Amino acid sequence: MRWHKIYALCLRHIYLISNSLPRIIDLIYWPTVQIFLWGFISKFFTLNSEYYSNTVGIILTAAILYDFLFRVSISYNIMFLEEIWSRNFTNLFIAPIKLSEMIASLTITAVFRSLIGLIPAALLAIPLFGVSVFKIGVPLLALLLSLYIFGVTLGLLVTSGLLRFGPSFENIAWASLFFLAPLGCIYYPVEILPLSLQIIAKGLPLVHVFEEMRNILLNGTVNYIEIFISILISIAYFIFGVIIFYVAYSGARIRGTLINMGE
Amino acid sequence: MSIHIKNLSKKFNQIYAVNNINLSISTNKTVGLLGPNGCGKTTSIGMMLGLIKPTSGDIIIQNKNINTFERNELLSIMNFASPYVELPKKLSVKQNLEIYGRLYGVKNLSLRVNELAEDLNLKDFLNKKTGELSSGQKNRVSLAKSLINKPEILLLDEPTASLDPDIGDYVRSYVQSYKSKNKVTILLASHNMAEVERLCDSVIMMKKGKIIDQGTSKEIISRHGRANLEETFLKIVRSKDEMA
Repeated sequence: MRWHKIYALCLRHIYLISNSLPRIIDLIYWPTVQIFLWGFISKFFTLNSEYYSNTVGIILTAAILYDFLFRVSISYNIMFLEEIWSRNFTNLFIAPIKLSEMIASLTITAVFRSLIGLIPAALLAIPLFGVSVFKIGVPLLALLLSLYIFGVTLGLLVTSGLLRFGPSFENIAWASLFFLAPLGCIYYPVEILPLSLQIIAKGLPLVHVFEEMRNILLNGTVNYIEIFISILISIAYFIFGVIIFYVAYSGARIRGTLINMGE
Repeated sequence: MSIHIKNLSKKFNQIYAVNNINLSISTNKTVGLLGPNGCGKTTSIGMMLGLIKPTSGDIIIQNKNINTFERNELLSIMNFASPYVELPKKLSVKQNLEIYGRLYGVKNLSLRVNELAEDLNLKDFLNKKTGELSSGQKNRVSLAKSLINKPEILLLDEPTASLDPDIGDYVRSYVQSYKSKNKVTILLASHNMAEVERLCDSVIMMKKGKIIDQGTSKEIISRHGRANLEETFLKIVRSKDEMA
């Protein structure tokens, strides 16, 4: 991988964001709305639920973390879709860049896009609702890392679908993030799910991340093994996502869809 | 840089888009690729660029087979322009050229961008968003992008399609003058017969995925007993299963 090429690909998206104030506002707007919505719900639960009485803002923290996953994945998809919408796809794929460089640039830029929205939202939650996601401490970084890797993986799988099925796959791109949400146990403990679904859910990193988040906030202890498992699962999915992306690219070359993508 | 294509075929759903073609383009020559819509021109170009995987056959560029050789190394000395492919609309012309310059590893990039801006009259709108340009301006920007790396092989797919005669002539004159000053092998797919006659050293005629004739414009015209390339093209396209 050559870093100057990755930088050039990142620069394309940095220019796109910095050229447009509405884009920056859009990136900040949705996480902020989430904070307000879940902040009030969280406040209501805190006042009326025994389960949450000890820890203010557990739902709000979950909302912030889930929003980070959502933003990473959607950023990845949007950046790929931008190339299709702008009919720049062919130019990109005939440039002397490797697929790994393309994946790396999307992965790096996705985190920047997500943080543009997440940081103001997370900071806003402190004075508005007295909730700081930073209370999780150092393990927060590990939880975010796991969510980041998994978010990128979801992005990779959707972009593979775009390569395989073309722009018509766009609708799936938007819906993809909601498929896993019920199994992710973001706002409720895994025990709420039926036993059969619990087994499936534990195969996702989300359950481990959000269970651990609740554990840290409720019990004040950190189970590093649980965090390590979530990162390990995320990495396994990421490797699977990369393989699928390469297979989709190879299939697109056979079907000849790279040359007229976006038309 | 020479291009040799041997027994190249591409099948989509059991139908041949390109059927066993053979051709050679010598270094620094400009070759026109002519044929009706759907005859396999774009598919052939797509295979040369590595965007489409051939069903069979070989593409050899300067003695390197693109199926086995490091694709990126060959792509760094090639480039492509087509009115059907655009640059990101929300980025300025300068930003687009900068990004592609970096992707192609161009040295002294700002100097190269200024050089192209000067040559192709882009200076007045260098900082304007690409999506806000007229089609003539976009076409020149697309040409600038295709020349950013001083390619040794340039593939042009209908470079003057949808341009008014004035801009079309400007682009043709520029390609002609660029060719005279630089070592570049050009493959030009076009429906404009006058353009092909003016710019190309030789012509390849395709129909239904096959090469049905090739030679200089004069040779092809005299072989078919017509007055010009346009009439020859119409004769070939309208005839049934004519082969050279």
